[in-house]
Amino acid sequence: MAKQSVHIIEGWFRGGDEPALLGQRCTKCSTVVFPPVATMCPNPSCSSREFSTVPLSRTGKVWSYTDAHYQPPAPYVTTTSPFEPFAIAAVELEAERIIVLGQVASGFGPLDLTVGNEVELVLEPLEVRDDVEYLVWKWRPCAQVVRS
Amino acid sequence: MSHDVAVLGVGMHPWGKWGRSFVEYGVTAAERALADAGVEWNDVQFVVGGETVRNGYGGYVAGSTFARALGWNGSRVATCYAACASGSAAIEAARTRILAGLCDVALVVGADTTPKGFLAPNSGERWDDPDWLRFRLVGATNPTYFGLYARRRMDLYGSTTADFAAVKLKNALHGLHNENARFRKEVTLEEVEMSPVVADPLRLLDICATSDGGAAVVLTSMDYARRHTTAPVRIRAVSTVTPRFPNTALDMPDLSTDSAVAVCEPEQSFRASIAHAAYEEAGIGPEDLSLAEVYDLSTALELDWYEDIGLCKPGGAEGLLRDGVTTLGGKLPVNPSGGLACFGEAVPAQAIAQVCEITWQLRGAAGPRQVEGARVGVTANQGLFGHGSAVLLST
Repeated sequence: MAKQSVHIIEGWFRGGDEPALLGQRCTKCSTVVFPPVATMCPNPSCSSREFSTVPLSRTGKVWSYTDAHYQPPAPYVTTTSPFEPFAIAAVELEAERIIVLGQVASGFGPLDLTVGNEVELVLEPLEVRDDVEYLVWKWRPCAQVVRS
Repeated sequence: MSHDVAVLGVGMHPWGKWGRSFVEYGVTAAERALADAGVEWNDVQFVVGGETVRNGYGGYVAGSTFARALGWNGSRVATCYAACASGSAAIEAARTRILAGLCDVALVVGADTTPKGFLAPNSGERWDDPDWLRFRLVGATNPTYFGLYARRRMDLYGSTTADFAAVKLKNALHGLHNENARFRKEVTLEEVEMSPVVADPLRLLDICATSDGGAAVVLTSMDYARRHTTAPVRIRAVSTVTPRFPNTALDMPDLSTDSAVAVCEPEQSFRASIAHAAYEEAGIGPEDLSLAEVYDLSTALELDWYEDIGLCKPGGAEGLLRDGVTTLGGKLPVNPSGGLACFGEAVPAQAIAQVCEITWQLRGAAGPRQVEGARVGVTANQGLFGHGSAVLLST
């Protein structure tokens, strides 16, 4: 068991009972930005540099999905040997009208996904090193996919 | 005022996995293009290189690297980087200098030596580099994005993996006799289906390899060209557009799209705006095309391009493919060169190679892969970080 849990990157998401991605919301035009690294509002008709930090919707709809059958090159860190394929989903958050990419929660693969189905944001370890688990956001399917 | 420039010469170093210096490929391609144009190196007034980011400092300053290797001749120099679109950015730099009347003869060269396997980001801890972060936080490789686009086609339009494989079979046939192609072998449906899955639903044979290669073009003013040839192939337009906010398609290497919550998304997607800008500039439309060279990083992506360059409506690409429209002998062959399926990608050379192919086709010099009566052709591709790339050529 890992002794300590840390976020793999600071300021991009929050933990707790209701984990969520953290975005910037422009105080002038309300455009939402994720990841929250904008200097200036990306709306070309707005030049505001003022943002508030907002948690993004915790659920969204799958825009598309795939998986990784081969180990990605560094800096991706693989802690399992042999490499275990993992799924990746691009998820549309309705309220923010934004698509965010992320791994799919462990235990789920492409067969558990379809375009349009609902997924929920969870935090899971991306890797465990020296008794420290490094948490990242992942998407977990909310309901079983029914295939015709 | 005409905005035409002439493609007086084209040349390539064959694609492969040669493992030698990119400079050698670039110089070979440049020599062939100059010979093809009948232009002496000492008459070149402007050299533009497509930058390669995997070959050290010489690659960062590719324009001067090639100029030096050919022998300093005092010409003006520039180097362009626009990821996969670097070649057309370089062509646009040469074209605009010619159109401004600042020179008559320009040489554009791109060449690359690529490592095996997935293209990887720069090394080190680069927590502010989006290309590094997508590998670090998600493990998202280039095929990840190709897989996402392919799956979306399947779930939205009912495309099948057999449709994707059919693109590979078509391009393999097209490139069979192309002496510059790396893979010159027929491919069967079974071979595609037996190749391992890389990024669901795409298999190894759906995804283009990375290659070594070099391509060059000699561009000149129309006046200069007419003193050398009676019917020069012309560049009618070049598109190097960026997206319009909000860009709502998930583009490689981004972890997210723009948000469309405050501003409505534009009528045209970024990818559709790329060739469209070239059509508008030239007053030539997709209905005028004889052929197209599009960036088939994956088989499924070639189908996306049919729609994005205006050959059909969204969801119509599989129909064009199945009806043989885009196969040699069809009404509008796509990737008669064999495309990336037969070449593999040599990033800074690839957009230039597309222009070489269209030039040979428009001259009627493409041999067994000749498109009958070719008069107008377009190239299309997209580089990381918002680089559109389309070159429209005609006889």
